[in-house]
Amino acid sequence: MDFLTLLQVLDSTVRLATPLLLACLAGLFSERAGIFDIGLEGKMLMAAFFSAAVASLTGSVWLGLLAGITGSLVLSGIHGLASITFRGNQLISGVAINFLAAGMTVLIAQDWFSQGGRTPSLMGGGRFNDITLPFADALSDVPILGPVYAQLISGHSILVYVAFACVPLSWWILFRTRFGLRLRAVGEAPEAVDTAGVSVIGLRYAAVAICGLLCGVAGAYLATGLQAGFVKDMTAGRGYIALAALIFAKWRPWYALAACLLFGLLQAVALRYQNIDLGGVIIPVQVMDALPYILTVVILAGFVGKAIPPRAGGEPYVKER
Amino acid sequence: MTDPAPAIELKGISKAFGPVQANKDISIRVMPGTIHGIIGENGAGKSTLMSILYGFYKADAGEVYIAGKRTEIPDSQAAISAGIGMVFQHFKLVQNFTVLENVILGAEDGGLLRPSLAKARGALKKLAEEYELSVDPDALVEDLSVGHQQRVEILKALYRHADILILDEPTGVLTPAEADHLFRILSGLRAQGKTIILITHKLREIMEITDTVSVMRRGEMTATVKTSETSPEQLAELMVGRKVLLRVDKKPARPGAKVLEVENLRLVDENGVERLKGISLDLRAGEVLGIAGVAGNGQSELLEVLGGYANATGTVRVNGRAIALSGKDCTGQSRRADGIGHVPEDRHHEGLILPYTAWENAVFGYHRDPAFQSGPLMNNAAIREDAKGKMARFDVRPPDPNLAARNFSGGNQQKIVLAREIERNPDILLIGQPTRGVDIGAIEFIHQQIIRLRDEGKAILLVSVELDEIFSLSDRIAVMFDGQLMGLRNAADTDQRELGLMMAGITEDPGDDSIAAVEAQLAAKNAREAAHHG
Amino acid sequence: MDKMPAWADAVLVPLISLILAALLSALVIIAIGESPAAALKLMVEGALMRSAGWGYTLYYATNFIFTGLAVSVAFHARLFNIGGEGQATLGGLGVALVVLYLPWPHWSLALVGASLGAAAFGALWALIPAFLQAKRGSHIVITTIMFNFIAAALLNYVLVNLLKPAGAMDPASALFPSATHLPTFQQMFSSADAPLFRGAPANISFFLALLACVAVWLLIWRTRLGYEIRALGHSESAARYAGISPVRIIIVTMLISGGLSGMMAVNTTMGESERLVMNATEGAGFIGIAVALMGRNHPFGVLLAAILFGFLYQGGAELALWTSIPRELIVVIQALVILFTGALDNMVRMPLEKLFLSMRKGST
Repeated sequence: MDFLTLLQVLDSTVRLATPLLLACLAGLFSERAGIFDIGLEGKMLMAAFFSAAVASLTGSVWLGLLAGITGSLVLSGIHGLASITFRGNQLISGVAINFLAAGMTVLIAQDWFSQGGRTPSLMGGGRFNDITLPFADALSDVPILGPVYAQLISGHSILVYVAFACVPLSWWILFRTRFGLRLRAVGEAPEAVDTAGVSVIGLRYAAVAICGLLCGVAGAYLATGLQAGFVKDMTAGRGYIALAALIFAKWRPWYALAACLLFGLLQAVALRYQNIDLGGVIIPVQVMDALPYILTVVILAGFVGKAIPPRAGGEPYVKER
Repeated sequence: MTDPAPAIELKGISKAFGPVQANKDISIRVMPGTIHGIIGENGAGKSTLMSILYGFYKADAGEVYIAGKRTEIPDSQAAISAGIGMVFQHFKLVQNFTVLENVILGAEDGGLLRPSLAKARGALKKLAEEYELSVDPDALVEDLSVGHQQRVEILKALYRHADILILDEPTGVLTPAEADHLFRILSGLRAQGKTIILITHKLREIMEITDTVSVMRRGEMTATVKTSETSPEQLAELMVGRKVLLRVDKKPARPGAKVLEVENLRLVDENGVERLKGISLDLRAGEVLGIAGVAGNGQSELLEVLGGYANATGTVRVNGRAIALSGKDCTGQSRRADGIGHVPEDRHHEGLILPYTAWENAVFGYHRDPAFQSGPLMNNAAIREDAKGKMARFDVRPPDPNLAARNFSGGNQQKIVLAREIERNPDILLIGQPTRGVDIGAIEFIHQQIIRLRDEGKAILLVSVELDEIFSLSDRIAVMFDGQLMGLRNAADTDQRELGLMMAGITEDPGDDSIAAVEAQLAAKNAREAAHHG
Repeated sequence: MDKMPAWADAVLVPLISLILAALLSALVIIAIGESPAAALKLMVEGALMRSAGWGYTLYYATNFIFTGLAVSVAFHARLFNIGGEGQATLGGLGVALVVLYLPWPHWSLALVGASLGAAAFGALWALIPAFLQAKRGSHIVITTIMFNFIAAALLNYVLVNLLKPAGAMDPASALFPSATHLPTFQQMFSSADAPLFRGAPANISFFLALLACVAVWLLIWRTRLGYEIRALGHSESAARYAGISPVRIIIVTMLISGGLSGMMAVNTTMGESERLVMNATEGAGFIGIAVALMGRNHPFGVLLAAILFGFLYQGGAELALWTSIPRELIVVIQALVILFTGALDNMVRMPLEKLFLSMRKGST
């Protein structure tokens, strides 16, 4: 594999890792607060549709982004209602949200655009265009570093940079602010938060809202950055891969970055090559597809470093006996 | 000079959970700068009262005055601002946070953590010096000993400027040395003018540290006295009360052969704590051996091991044959096959499946009996018929086998369990807390059944925290304390006082001028323990 | 006393949830400019008024009975098996291998063999998540989700690299031998003068599904194993007291659940497509969740709910054909049913409980 090909694969890794990363951080906030969320997929899908639809109708990708986030937040609200207010089963709620999104997006798309459940292709201001960082062209002649800067680091849409910036930001919020301390506490020991006089319900709704926000950005990136418009089921399991990455990362932001880059790389390789020949042993493309899930099961099984979820995760908080 | 206003005054507090009256018209005054004990048996309503004071439950009636001022406490936030701090029996700590993070949680200054942490670090250092409350501020709570975790809880309260500190059964999880240290801390706090409410069921602690003491029994406050003017005997009587006469008519026991021999039984729980520290005992046919003791001293574990659902080491022989204490032959099924019946302590979580009907519960644990099968299926008609008979013989009301277990009263639920275990005609019957949460009428019936079984030549191991019950049923009595048997007495040769001392971990009778002697013995014991632990 | 009578819990709660879901669906239909009444009429006509419509409805229902039973058996042990999709995928592989590589003289024998193959492969796919849950405490919901994706990749590999006949283009196995073709309803019930179920895919597997309902009912309410499964689901501590091994029950329950999911493939792969194709499950594994929730985990309830969803699927196809309402409306309805009967159960239940309590107080 030559240097240029490597760069292209890595460039595609960054693009493919971005939605995973945003969704993974979304799940991180929710699950750190004790609310399991297997509805990442649905929220992303909803956001993907609404961002593409509104961008296509208004011609403004920013309005699209806003609409995408709103769509995702509505689903977050449902999840909060079910799992926080009515103390329902968080997993069942997540399943319902995924189907709700899968159905509603196509239904509305068909009603609005009549193009078989897709939006029209986005053009011009309807998409997030790639940004060329300063000096990218000037430096591209510098050996090795030049092309790395020009092709790998420069030349992505704004949301890619936002996603990567979200990693230190999330870390800072979670581990350096009062809000983060309380949020992590409510996922570990809600009774400690409650007896300290802080609202468990308020914190959990806040976490679920952040989750909706980030899923919204992730979905918007899919439809308006990575691709140019919405197609049916375009998230294609990314929400679940993000969930896998979250477990893989043991619910930590920097690890999440690493996990998402790894899973993004697997996707990029699978996209580019059908079968990989490793010195005579041929690895079929399906192994690449399945690897994130297999790795996650191995981690879950606790054979390689046990992944311990937040202790209060999945359990509705009941104070009165 | 007039007396200062009480730090806390409760007037006419009442609270019911469904049909259970947990607190009945309770009034209490606690003066500032004192340690006030609240003593009572399990379920007397102590914790409920304090949870009301901390805003966890809402009282049905009554008023709270803090420093003479009427105060509403709708939630924990209000309690904290009123200067109340609470150390719960089960700590409210975030296990994977540091001490410092736990202390500032909910009491941070500003949105960023760094200044809060720095401030708390300074404050903690000061508190540590003042009150012997030293804890490594950067240690993770999960790495701390239980005693240190408790200090973190106290620090949390003090960091929030609590003037009133409530401790709910603080020594239940502590070693004697740790408990001693805690009491030194509490004395120091009192010296600084803090008011402390100590909830406990241990007489020794009340006598050792409190200034005044209130006694609770069955949701009511039966007395409030100055500690210096009372004695452990008087408190014990106030605590237990003279219950309705529950003496059971029984003939002297005629013990037969040894059917159960336990030697050096040891159990270490999943947290590495040794719960049973070498228990040895014998049980003969035709006798009731009562195990007395304060809850949580290993009685539950003993029953679980003998019942086949906890692993242990040591030797247990049934009718001379050793039985498995771990592995696949250590199950409830194999114990039943060995002739051990078991009425568990907790009928809601062990003895019954509450959503199951009475007839389904009547075979629970014996559902693999071939008598209840027809081919590959369960013979539900036969089981139902069998249950009907059991319910009639044990006077379960209503006598409807199709009713779900959760719809029966506590006494009738217990009768279903008893009927199931007794009618299997076991050689040995383990019975835990047979009358907990059971109405008076059913208590009498249940006691009669136990004696009848004894007279039929069965061996009965009875575990109960009710001393009265132990006395009225047992032929021999052993007391459990801290995973060990403190001693074994013939029921005829002992009295409540001796047993009470044993339950507190004291074996020798200190004689009449008890307090001083008890103190001396305790001090010696603690020194031994401390040396042992150190 | 119970807060409400058993019939209210079994019938009223799901019914109200269903009505809520239906009302919201009607709003959705109005929002996209169609008439709910006309849509319902079209669905009823397309799915229930002709025998061919019933032939489709019951074909779909057969899938949903199997996956619904699978989810409910696991629910009884308080396990959430969300892996029906993957288990059914593997079940399809089991069917294909049994049918393609063993000589079958008659379809009836092949049906028995294929059912066993499907159940065995489905159960096998549930075994690892079950083992990890029982022994290592790995959350079964996450592991079964992961296994759905792994199953899809595995099937893809097997079809493309192993089972695809040489020269064929689409990733599918060879056609099954004609001796193994299952009788369809059309063959079974039509006579020369009265053609019935013309062209519909419903086949004899429907009766296999009915048999499975009876078997599951017997298992759960009439056998020791079922007694122990339910006991574990209600209270693990009580199960231990009674000598019931949680590890054993978790694994056995999941094997049964996976086996039931797998058997769905007899209907799709052997009964309908008569070869193994990609994505034969078409989401039926997930619909099993809605079916189990609505059917209150009772085989009879599952049967009714499965037929309802079969009707929705066939009716939805009719809608998509004749109106501008896409098939995805059914997915929305399915989501709403899961939401109301599953996650928002308390929203329906709590007011009802209050109502019954006040009625009882009023009457005494």
